[in-house]
Amino acid sequence: MTMWVTTKRIARYGLIGFLRNGFVSLSAILIMTTTLFVIAGLLVASAALSETLRQLTNKVDVNVYFATDADEEQVLAMQRSLESLPEVALVSYTSREQALSDFRERHKNDQLTLQALEQLDENPLGASLAIRAKETSQYESIAAFLDAQHQAPGGEIITKVNFHQNKAAIDRLTAIIDTSRTAGFAIAGFLILASILIAFNTIRLAIYTSRDEIGVMNLVGASRWYVRGPFVIAGILYGVVSGLVVLIVMYPIALWLGPASERFFGTFNVLTYYTTQFPLLFLVIMGTGILLGALSSLLAVRRYLRA
Amino acid sequence: MIYYDKVTMTYNGGYPAIEDITLGIDPGEFVSIVGHSGAGKTTLLKMLFAELFPTAGSVYFGSREIASLSQKELLEMRRNIGTVFQDFRLLPTKTVYENIAFAMEVAGKDDDEIRADVPHVLELVGLPDKMWSFPRELSGGEQQRVAIARAIVNQPDVLIADEPTGNLDPINTLDVVEILKRINDLGTTVLLTTHNKGVVDSVGRRVVTLDQGRIIRDDKQGKYVL
Repeated sequence: MTMWVTTKRIARYGLIGFLRNGFVSLSAILIMTTTLFVIAGLLVASAALSETLRQLTNKVDVNVYFATDADEEQVLAMQRSLESLPEVALVSYTSREQALSDFRERHKNDQLTLQALEQLDENPLGASLAIRAKETSQYESIAAFLDAQHQAPGGEIITKVNFHQNKAAIDRLTAIIDTSRTAGFAIAGFLILASILIAFNTIRLAIYTSRDEIGVMNLVGASRWYVRGPFVIAGILYGVVSGLVVLIVMYPIALWLGPASERFFGTFNVLTYYTTQFPLLFLVIMGTGILLGALSSLLAVRRYLRA
Repeated sequence: MIYYDKVTMTYNGGYPAIEDITLGIDPGEFVSIVGHSGAGKTTLLKMLFAELFPTAGSVYFGSREIASLSQKELLEMRRNIGTVFQDFRLLPTKTVYENIAFAMEVAGKDDDEIRADVPHVLELVGLPDKMWSFPRELSGGEQQRVAIARAIVNQPDVLIADEPTGNLDPINTLDVVEILKRINDLGTTVLLTTHNKGVVDSVGRRVVTLDQGRIIRDDKQGKYVL
């Protein structure tokens, strides 16, 4: 008897078992669908979280304000030396003129302020540098660098470094980001573990109902894979069906939550994530489903396969 | 062809279920093993298809000692022994046809052979029209006949029937005994355990009587005596 015939027979019995044990298959699929939904939800949530954190991190920066009489060349030299620091991601320069027009724009509905500005002979605003670090935790060392520059000869051109005002906010944000990452991973790990155990146990119970059958197969002299194979096939089918259900049902949910998620998170859109990251979602959901189904079946059937 | 050599079997720490049994069975024999419940009948049979192993002594099938067989040889040996039980032990999610086909597939038969042999063997046990029924749709007698069909479809050397009539009414009991006799006439060695006096007396062949794990009688043309 060829391998091919054996494989075909095992696959057929797997499918037959899947269809004829309708109720057992249904409950296994329901539990597995729930498990895969949890995993899919966590994938989306973690993407949303990291996107939000990335945005928040981008909003944090340190501004250095220069005296009105500071030479533009000196400011640009400072920009270059800041850019050479390994911690610095970006330094953007705002000239005195730019600062003035920004100010006007910001206060365009405030005639009183604008009139006060007109009374002045010259531009009261200094140039400034906005510094963005690669990591929020690195602002401390950048601020230390700026302080050192401030103390150094010629440092009098710096009038203000706003890090110390922002420090409390930055520290809190750093702490929140760290905690939410750790907590997020812990919760995700716990949920995934719990749902995998539940799915595993359901499939085990499904196979427990077939233990007499397994005994009979052994008695007739069926080889190990002839007994296990159909159960593993059925387990894979649970995974495939559950995975497809999750992927299909996710679409209308993403469609429905799309605009709301964008309002809530800023730029993160569930629907965009679903459509652009579909290959990843497909791989993770189907892969987990198939692996979970096959492995649970295999481990469960091993228990009832003596000899 | 089957030989029990001073076999003792003790379940975990308790009294021995069978004790110091020496018993030889020749090819083509029809042996009824009788005794009260707990006399050791089923234990004796279970050691033949390696569901249990003796705690002392050896059991031989052909020239090989069963305990020394490899996993693969054990499977091959099982395919050479047909088994029938009181509780039928059919595969509930498979049809009558598939139940019998399964045993043939396991033995490595090809699809053409299976398609040809299954109807034939169902004819032999008198159930040609129940091929596509599920076990739950059959009566006890019919289920037992399917089990017998499955046990003999690979033409095993030995057929083991452990209380095959225990769950059947007198008419079905008689039918099953007739089928077993017919199988034996075709050359298969049959080992039957029972505590039904009528069954043993109607067979009228060799009777081995067990009591408390020991052989107390072995008659060539026996009757049920206890």
